[in-house]
Amino acid sequence: MTDSVRKILFSPVVDNNPIILQVLGICSALAVTTQLSTAITMSIALTLVVACSSSVISLIRHHIPANIRIIVQMTVIASLVIVVDQFLRAFAYEISKELSVFVGLIITNCIVMGRAEAFAMKNPPWPSFLDGLGNGLGFSAILLTVGTIRELFGSGTLLDYTIFPLARDGGWYVPNGLLLLPPSAFFLIGLIIWVVRSWKKAQVEQAEFRIKEMRRPTETT
Amino acid sequence: MAESGSSRKPRSSHSNAKTLLVAFAVCLVCSLLVASAAVLLRPIQQANQHIERQRIIVGIAGLMKPDLNVARTYRQIDVAMIELSSGRVVDTLDPENFDIAKAAKDEHLSEPLPRSADPAQIRRKPRYLPAYRVNDDSGRLKTLILPVYGYGLWSTLYGYIALREDLRTIQGVRFYQHAETPGLGGEVDDPRWLDLWEGKIAFDDNGDPRIELVKGTVTSATPDNQHKVDGLSGATLTSRGVTQLLNFWLGREGFGPYLTRLREERERG
Repeated sequence: MTDSVRKILFSPVVDNNPIILQVLGICSALAVTTQLSTAITMSIALTLVVACSSSVISLIRHHIPANIRIIVQMTVIASLVIVVDQFLRAFAYEISKELSVFVGLIITNCIVMGRAEAFAMKNPPWPSFLDGLGNGLGFSAILLTVGTIRELFGSGTLLDYTIFPLARDGGWYVPNGLLLLPPSAFFLIGLIIWVVRSWKKAQVEQAEFRIKEMRRPTETT
Repeated sequence: MAESGSSRKPRSSHSNAKTLLVAFAVCLVCSLLVASAAVLLRPIQQANQHIERQRIIVGIAGLMKPDLNVARTYRQIDVAMIELSSGRVVDTLDPENFDIAKAAKDEHLSEPLPRSADPAQIRRKPRYLPAYRVNDDSGRLKTLILPVYGYGLWSTLYGYIALREDLRTIQGVRFYQHAETPGLGGEVDDPRWLDLWEGKIAFDDNGDPRIELVKGTVTSATPDNQHKVDGLSGATLTSRGVTQLLNFWLGREGFGPYLTRLREERERG
């Protein structure tokens, strides 16, 4: 694996993560992370879609007229998402029912559009594929982390296997119900951003303004 | 191919003819892809839905046990096609492969409903629907499972209601297909909410269907609590849809005539 390949593929996982640095695609990150199994399926589905859509869009990038480029990208992405959805309904029926509308909403996931517009329109197919794959992995990394924490501490299980026996069923663990509600994903993603930015100082954004120090009134009469 | 000289000139990318051509080509290729995926995978998807429906029927019939095979258990259930207007069993249609949504669009298999007589908002009413019976060893009805459907907030909810042998008490209600808002109307799939239905009385003393989803919690102090179930919080319209569709299908326009026949059959012993 050459350096450039490694850079394109792995920089979106931590250094340039679509969720925690660019803060894109968090709506689906809230919705599908109450359980690890749906988070895994969503990760695979999104990674497939973003890798394929980036390659396809990159293949036809010189032929896409500039004035209709967004709608062409949307058409390609939407078609791929529908195909993925059809496959899930055929081969993973239970999971497709749990994911319900969220697979369809990959179409509007900003990560997919963002990579198409920012990378695939300017680069050849192979790097675009890697870039899509890398961003998919970055998205997956966050989704799986959040999904693991929410399922483990929210329901005491992982992939439906009991890890912490619940007090309700005679065990010792009292689950944290907040983790099953959507806002908890915001808190977790916020904490992850904090941890990563204390580790990688380069990700810290320049403050847009600075609060002035308060000065004493200079003179009293 | 992408690197060829002519296509790289910005001019050519801006001409209207090229724009139309690219748009057309992209649409054609994408629609072929989507259509072939949908057509090729449909048999597998339908098989999945079929098993899912059987699982739900077996589940609300109360026959499901953890290590039981769904398809084998399902064979204990008698299915028959019912002519709704007369309540009679007909043999000319195959209940197993009867598609309710398709039948409701068919000129011969359904009839239009006037707005005033259409609380479940289904527009056309099928003339025939399947009914599922669980019988005891002597052939007496133990549980009756009827398909029900109607409009909620965004979508048509398709499901089943199971009645006990007295044909008044609800054994269970389940929906197998809908597209209500996840977390709000989508909670019609919540097992804890579905458990509330067991033992409710679906008919009033005159034999007219009476089921209500009410705001808040139904307790033993609520008047007429035997007819009432907690509404889904944050889903007023889905709750109203469920109320309307159940009352419609158990009423005179729905399975009423069939239920009357079954009651007479039961009184005769």
